[in-house]
Amino acid sequence: MTFDAWLPALILFSSLIPGLLIFFLDEERHRLRTALNLAGAALKLVLVGWMIWGVFHDHAYLSRLTLLPGLDLVLEADALSVLFVALSTVLWLVTTVYAIGYLEHSPHRSRFFGFFSLCVSATVGIALAGNLVTFLVFYELLTLATFPLVAHRGTADSMRGAKVYLTYTVAGGAVLLVGVAWLSAIAGPVEFTEGGALDAVAGRYRSELTVIFVLLIGGLGVKAALIPLHGWLPQAMVAPAPVSALLHAVAVVKAGAFGIVRVVYDVYGVDLAADLGVLGPLAVLAGATIVYGSVRALAQDGLKKRLAYSTVSQVSYIALGTAIFGPVASIGGIVHLVHQGVMKITLFFCAGNLAETLGIHNVSEMRGCARRMPLTMAAFTVGALGMIGVPPVAGFVTKWYLGTGAVAADSDWVLLVLAASSLLNAAYFLPILYTAWFREPAGEWPDEQPRGRFEAPLMLLVPALVTAVLSVAAGLLAAAPFSPLEWAKLIAAREYGL
Amino acid sequence: MSAVLAYGLAGAALITIGLYALIVRRHLLRKILAMNVVGNGVFLVLVALAKRSAVPDPVPHAMVLTGIVVAVSATALALALAVRVRDATGQATLDERRGTAAEAGRGRDVPG
Amino acid sequence: MIGLADLALLPWVVALPLGGAVLSFVLRTRAPFVGLVTALATAAAGLLLAAQVLAAGVQRHLVGGWGAPLGIDLQADGLSALMVAMTAVVGLGVSVYGSAYFAGGNEDTAHQRAYFWPLWLLLWTALNALFVTADAFNAYVTLELLGLSAVALVALAATPAALTGAMRYLLVGLLGSLLYLLGVGLLYGAAATLDLQQLAQAPLSGRVAAVALAAITAGLVLKTALFPFHFWLPPAHASAPAPVSAVLSALVVKASFYLLLRFWFFVAPELASAVLTTGLGLLGAAAVLWGGLRALTAERLKLVVAYSTVAQIGYLFLVFPLGLGQPEGFTAWGGAALLVLAHATAKAAMFLSAGVILKAAAHDGVSGIDGTAQALPVTIFAFALAGVSLIGLPPTGGFAAKWLLLNSALASGQWWWALVLIAGSLLAAAYTFRVLAHAFTRLPGDPPPCVRSRRLEWSALALAATALALGFVATDVLELLRVGAPVQGPVLMERAP
Repeated sequence: MTFDAWLPALILFSSLIPGLLIFFLDEERHRLRTALNLAGAALKLVLVGWMIWGVFHDHAYLSRLTLLPGLDLVLEADALSVLFVALSTVLWLVTTVYAIGYLEHSPHRSRFFGFFSLCVSATVGIALAGNLVTFLVFYELLTLATFPLVAHRGTADSMRGAKVYLTYTVAGGAVLLVGVAWLSAIAGPVEFTEGGALDAVAGRYRSELTVIFVLLIGGLGVKAALIPLHGWLPQAMVAPAPVSALLHAVAVVKAGAFGIVRVVYDVYGVDLAADLGVLGPLAVLAGATIVYGSVRALAQDGLKKRLAYSTVSQVSYIALGTAIFGPVASIGGIVHLVHQGVMKITLFFCAGNLAETLGIHNVSEMRGCARRMPLTMAAFTVGALGMIGVPPVAGFVTKWYLGTGAVAADSDWVLLVLAASSLLNAAYFLPILYTAWFREPAGEWPDEQPRGRFEAPLMLLVPALVTAVLSVAAGLLAAAPFSPLEWAKLIAAREYGL
Repeated sequence: MSAVLAYGLAGAALITIGLYALIVRRHLLRKILAMNVVGNGVFLVLVALAKRSAVPDPVPHAMVLTGIVVAVSATALALALAVRVRDATGQATLDERRGTAAEAGRGRDVPG
Repeated sequence: MIGLADLALLPWVVALPLGGAVLSFVLRTRAPFVGLVTALATAAAGLLLAAQVLAAGVQRHLVGGWGAPLGIDLQADGLSALMVAMTAVVGLGVSVYGSAYFAGGNEDTAHQRAYFWPLWLLLWTALNALFVTADAFNAYVTLELLGLSAVALVALAATPAALTGAMRYLLVGLLGSLLYLLGVGLLYGAAATLDLQQLAQAPLSGRVAAVALAAITAGLVLKTALFPFHFWLPPAHASAPAPVSAVLSALVVKASFYLLLRFWFFVAPELASAVLTTGLGLLGAAAVLWGGLRALTAERLKLVVAYSTVAQIGYLFLVFPLGLGQPEGFTAWGGAALLVLAHATAKAAMFLSAGVILKAAAHDGVSGIDGTAQALPVTIFAFALAGVSLIGLPPTGGFAAKWLLLNSALASGQWWWALVLIAGSLLAAAYTFRVLAHAFTRLPGDPPPCVRSRRLEWSALALAATALALGFVATDVLELLRVGAPVQGPVLMERAP
């Protein structure tokens, strides 16, 4: 097999092998564990960079393994998979550093980092999946790999949250399995093809394809936190901060949203989907989720819970962009995969820092905390402004494209949704910023750690700053080559055949 | 009524009677006896089948002989087990009505 | 050089464990050693047989040179070879486990140590003989041998629960065999032969043949513990010693199911009616749901696993509506065979892990395994991996089997069976993770000290890994299954336009 055939598999193994090795390490071998983690992340970064270059120049990378005649595991690199893989890889590196710092002196680190690496491997598998079955395989592996992470602390609360998480995701996986199996029974093995792969059967099976679409979106919608399937997300906040950061920015929710993008663009094709009339309801559902998530976020005092509902809302921008017909809106949806990732992970890193350094878990406890932790709150501010849609943070670019695309597709109601969402975001983020920067501290912090040279341990602080900078860069440098926006434009062009 | 049919029906009747007793009777010895009756019924049907040709067919007879040997060994095992059950639980029944209690009963499954 | 096709393996797969059983009974003190050597030899013979069938087609051996219908023939087609290979793999794993499980202990367990090996090897003999016999009455004899040795193995545990479970198992098993014998006798009356191949070629019709098949089916369904005749299985499988439970759930129940497949798919497919196939399918569906629900609420760990067996057996019966009499039935046939293999390895791994856990746990309830994830990571991982295969999550063998069955159901238009498959998977996920959640809970203070045995843990893990590996070699398994298969069709169906 040539290198082109090995590259996708190698990218998968670069986190899978270290993960499996870490399981067998003794708890005390910190340095070896850290070395394995970082080496894997670095190797993956190099390989992904290579792949980006190759895909940009129309290289084909494909790894295939036959499980049954007519059932292949396929890892393939096209423009969309490269986008998601790059996001996962960069954010995994950053989160690994954060997790090493966060979990210092915690028990069961080998188990944690083992499952952590499995989680990233599953995400990479989802990103690189070349057909629905491979996608399904890694989607289920993601469920299995994240359950122990949510349950990591072993307390009664953790187990309860983990149980809720598992119920939702396994049920969603079962629905997805039925959809995929049904589609395969009708159309044979379905490989992801730009512009859609179902042209051969579209004429004969219209009603069945519509039902299958509902099943697929239902199964994917659990992880993508579309209402009313979003209930697990706030419950999963019992997990340690690195897990919440990973789940909300990179792995689970993005896997669901990415799956929706794949189904609409590369399985059904945007023409067939529009023809079947399923895009309209999807857009409405996404819009409703956007508003609902923001409204619930307003009512939350717990910082992580507020961010969780904000995620419910923000991830649906991706589904919304996908469901609106037209390249401009598609660009908005696709690029938000990246933008929401970096912005939300910044917010979660900061929330974790506040909890670890000052014992702050609720918004009401945040009065004046910016004086004590200015850098952290600066990063938080950047993330919050991006969520609201203030330029030059990346969120603004997303909203611009979504809005313009909606107008181009005669869906003016979407503008209302976007405006309402921005207002609501402002309503639940600006008060936090005001409280943190401009109010006096109430007295003692709930659980203050002694201050070192920096306001928080470096390993917790630097990742937050890095992702904050990335959020600004994605917006400011959006027109530069290889920016997320330019890449999204490339994907949309190939999808619409422009 | 031909002999074949008569013996065949007798065998079927024995099977039915034995089956009834096997299900209804609670004492282990009666269940074992009922099992033997069912077995004899089956053998009777086989013997009847052998008589369908003018010269008796030896194959069903061979089956019956083997069956008897198997039944004897199985009965021996059943009786030995029944004694052990009586020694262990104090009564020679299967506790079917308290079956779920036996399932839920606590206890290690490997002594020692 | 003797080529693979020239080896007379069929008599050896029966003779080796039989010889080993006698030898281990005679050499009481060296029994574990003799047992392990026999296990290795028998496993090798079994796997070689599978390779031989794959390479050279259906194998037939005339015992004593007599030939059917007077003599008893041994025959191995794809299905038989697969069953023998499955027995080889699971048997080897259980033997390694058993050599360590019964070691140590005191006076009370001395008789377990002494009698486990002869009984287990006799059981293995019966299994192999059943899978390769080509004579319907010889199948009865092997079925009885299987039942008697299984009952004795269950009674080894010597607890009241085990003894009553064994007694019930014995009575039910005997009833099943007698019904089977009645059916075989009637079948002889209808077709004048006992050889399976000749029975397959004879045209079977009329009331006698129908009653015969009914009796055979009733007896075998009783022995396979299909709902509602499953009542004997949970007490027996849950109270036996761990390696015995593994063998019972993984192998013994599959033997009677194998005979059902032989009779309906090979001997008398022309007698199958829609009532029969749908009826068996519905009972299977009920088993899946009932077994899953009982497993979810069971209080003892081994009872959870035993009810899981009841549920998984239900899946197997879906092969009747999906494969029997269908033009493209190979998909369902392959799915059922693959499920038999995947379930055997996964369930054996699960019972073996449960055995390790229970040796260390405070009591045998599900909550007794709190905190064991810290103390027994390898075992818990084996349990989890086995559970993943039972649920049918990719990329395990269980997933490949379920995918085939799903495909068959959806492509042939019988979509309601797909719902049963999904519901069963959800229930399996629920009861598996219920157990695993207990393993992950944090115990206050230090974990209780427990002696870890590498051999016990790693044999369980090896079997679980086999269940995972099956997902990747499914193509080769199906190729073996094609040899002498009774149904045609592609591996994966597509809907006809």
